Amino acid sequence: MEDVISFVISKYNYWCYIVLLMIGLYAMIVKNNLVKKIIGMNIFQTAIILFYVSISVKKEGTLPTIIIDPVTGTHTARAADYINPLPHVLMLTAIVVSVATLGIALALAIKIYKEYDTLEEDEIFAQIRKK
Amino acid sequence: MNQHLPAIIVTVPLLSAFVITAAGWLNKKLCFPIAIAALGVSLYCSISLLISVASGKIIIYNLGGWAPPWGISYTVDPLNCLVLVAVASVAFINIIATKKNVEEEYPDKIGAFYTLYVLFATGLIGIVITGDAFNLYVLLEIAALTGYALLGMGSRRAPLASLNYIFLGTIGACFYLLGVGYLYIATGSLNMKDLSAILPAIYHSKTILFAFIICLTGLFIKMALFPMHAWLPNAYTYASSPATSLIAPLTTKVMVYAMLRITLDVFTPQYSFGTIGISHSIVWIAIIAIIMGSLMALAQRGLKKMLSYIIVAEVGYMVGGLWLGNRAGITGSILHIINDAAMTLCLFLAVGNIIYKTKTDSFDDLKGLLKKMPLTMGAFILGGLSIIGVPPTCGFFSKWYLISGGLAAGHYAFVAALLFSSLVNVVLFFRIIEIGFFEPFKEHVSGHHECITDQIAGNRIMIEEAPAGMVIPLVIVAGFLIFLGLMTGNIVTSIIQFAIPAGIS
Amino acid sequence: MKIIGLIAVFLCGCLLVYGASDFPGWGDPSSPASTHVSPYYIETTMEFTHVPNIVTSVLADYRGYDTMYETTVIFGAGIACFLLLRVVKKKDPVSRLYRHKATGITLRIKKGGKIPDKSNAFERIDSEWVPYDLIIQISCRLLVPLIQIFALYVIAHGHYSPGGGFQGGVILAASIILIAISYDLRSALKIMSERASAFLSAIGVFIYAGTGALCLLLGANFLDYAALDSLLGSGMVMARSHGILIVEIGVGIAVMAVMICLYYNLSSEGKQDEGL
Repeated sequence: MEDVISFVISKYNYWCYIVLLMIGLYAMIVKNNLVKKIIGMNIFQTAIILFYVSISVKKEGTLPTIIIDPVTGTHTARAADYINPLPHVLMLTAIVVSVATLGIALALAIKIYKEYDTLEEDEIFAQIRKK
Repeated sequence: MNQHLPAIIVTVPLLSAFVITAAGWLNKKLCFPIAIAALGVSLYCSISLLISVASGKIIIYNLGGWAPPWGISYTVDPLNCLVLVAVASVAFINIIATKKNVEEEYPDKIGAFYTLYVLFATGLIGIVITGDAFNLYVLLEIAALTGYALLGMGSRRAPLASLNYIFLGTIGACFYLLGVGYLYIATGSLNMKDLSAILPAIYHSKTILFAFIICLTGLFIKMALFPMHAWLPNAYTYASSPATSLIAPLTTKVMVYAMLRITLDVFTPQYSFGTIGISHSIVWIAIIAIIMGSLMALAQRGLKKMLSYIIVAEVGYMVGGLWLGNRAGITGSILHIINDAAMTLCLFLAVGNIIYKTKTDSFDDLKGLLKKMPLTMGAFILGGLSIIGVPPTCGFFSKWYLISGGLAAGHYAFVAALLFSSLVNVVLFFRIIEIGFFEPFKEHVSGHHECITDQIAGNRIMIEEAPAGMVIPLVIVAGFLIFLGLMTGNIVTSIIQFAIPAGIS
Repeated sequence: MKIIGLIAVFLCGCLLVYGASDFPGWGDPSSPASTHVSPYYIETTMEFTHVPNIVTSVLADYRGYDTMYETTVIFGAGIACFLLLRVVKKKDPVSRLYRHKATGITLRIKKGGKIPDKSNAFERIDSEWVPYDLIIQISCRLLVPLIQIFALYVIAHGHYSPGGGFQGGVILAASIILIAISYDLRSALKIMSERASAFLSAIGVFIYAGTGALCLLLGANFLDYAALDSLLGSGMVMARSHGILIVEIGVGIAVMAVMICLYYNLSSEGKQDEGL
């Protein structure tokens, strides 16, 4: 029993990311409203950010800015003292990409709304079928 | 300057995108020449790179001067040079061929259109040339985002189709990113060369297996392999023709290239085709893709939608060819990347010309068009013959390799699916030839005398061959189909055979 | 549909959980991700780039090429929104509302009607106009310079603390968007026109890619800031540090311009006349 609990707790972040990913995927598959789908897409992307940032953690590590001794002006850069900066860099890119995707998706949603006067997918399909 | 070619090939179109934006606000006439010059430089660089790597040489270019695995590096080898030339030339020819169309469809937004056009080309070129798994993701997103915007302009239904593409495309790209994350967590590296050196020691790990499968799933969605193809037909059908004839020939093929890279270079072929034991099922998926794509193409009444489903079937060809796992199959798959890019470009350009003149792409309005637009329809039929696989067009040769790969692997169902899809393509294109050539006579006999003659008379006044600026590039592309076919031997012996890892027999 | 979706998602989640069970433990300092490539960045950042913030140095130098495309993605999104939404043809709206400042009387000018002369007695208002709120407008206006100074600090201090071009650019954009929200879209457009935002977004990314191309022209590899030494004359290491700063400024400009451009287009459905 203890093994199971420690197993669950030791990878807590990874379970969280999977749950978030699935919430986003569910919204994208099932929801009828286009804006809800777009929000689902955003949750989906955020989940991956959580996953990457979790990789970067090191126990005993501090944030990745080299600490310079205020008196002597020297520094020691030991890899074990700082958390891994690379995933943070990668996720900055992913955040920017998700913002850009969101912008374009919203622009398309506005265009769709202008065309059909609704954002409910079934109503849009009904209109298309009528024509 | 020669050692900087790998950087120039991407940087020049990228920089030109910003200049085009500025030019769009100052003088719209400048946009087109700048775009064409930038793509021309890219094309020139890609050809000279191809010449310099033709005998199996590999060029490595470290961006920012940082050696891999710490920095990002470009790896130029025969495989990606070949695809580079295909991407650059499709983008270059298409921009010339669609000039008139663009001016008509986006009169006020020429600057924005060409900016996105050039960025799309930059993204694809970057995907092909990069040697870094994460850099590939960023460029994938550039190509995807600009693609969404380009496909979102068009008929009434284009925005909805494009939004669907965004949802599926984002899932695909995110899966790829997740797969890269799994690779990173298990190896600590993002560089493809470095990954391939580290991975063999930890092939037993579950993380690696999942990394591989998740990456592949993402790429399958992006390349529209059959059950994940839902975004493709609508997105391509409802968009405006200049955007379709750029995006349709390139997106799926570049994704197939990315899959080749992952399966052959990042992972070893022994692992991809042997250890994890999914190659058989993927070939079966490809077979279903070929059959379903062909059948759905048969059900369509519009040219663009029919071609879109043909693309779905063609993706099945390439995926199946790769996962046969033998030399002939992979050769066929690589050859089909460039051949299919050329064929699809030819067909979509021809359809673009037809739509430009007739304002519609349904089969009923093709009647008698063969006489009105002989060159356009001629090129269309040549493209069709190449899709069917009639020698000496290029489609025949790649299909030949794929079939001999299927026979060598003993996968007769794949061979049967290829032949079946060829037959369906025969039906598809001969139906169009029949409508285009014979239909008016038939209608004439069957009673609706006056109304039909009126229509024909009306057509005669209105419809003639598309302007020379659109027809000449199309004819050149059609000529290329035969040229590529005749050059097959050279391409295979001097380029493709170096692109396939030595371990594959 | 809902149940099928739920089952599919649940199965997918179970698969992922199974795949994740092999991961190295959370925060394990000896995991491959912490030991293979990343220590190099931590150990050499001061030596090579003189930037204590490792995220900044990796972002803008070691993996600066990714970041260039990242900025391009943002730029592309701005252009894409323009292409998709912008209504370029100047169509007069059905009616416009004008408010007499002194008396508060509102005039509705129908299409083709004569618009009050450009005297200051009248002002144009949105159709969904709420009466003047002096407190909100004044306090927002006072906030704007503070926000902008903070944004500049975030950009400039990215070398030493969390921050940099992306964050600073977004904060800068927020200051203009605040004006657009507290006043109306036209006031914001007067401060920063659409044309200016389009130019600035292109210029911002051009600074980034142009710096890279400059390095190429100076004989080094693309984006190798060390080559800037021959222009700046401050030594290779400081040249890298300065190169990072230049690039971050470019990113800041581009991000600010694109965010504003996105807001303009999304809030007014591309008409850029009446906003939220």
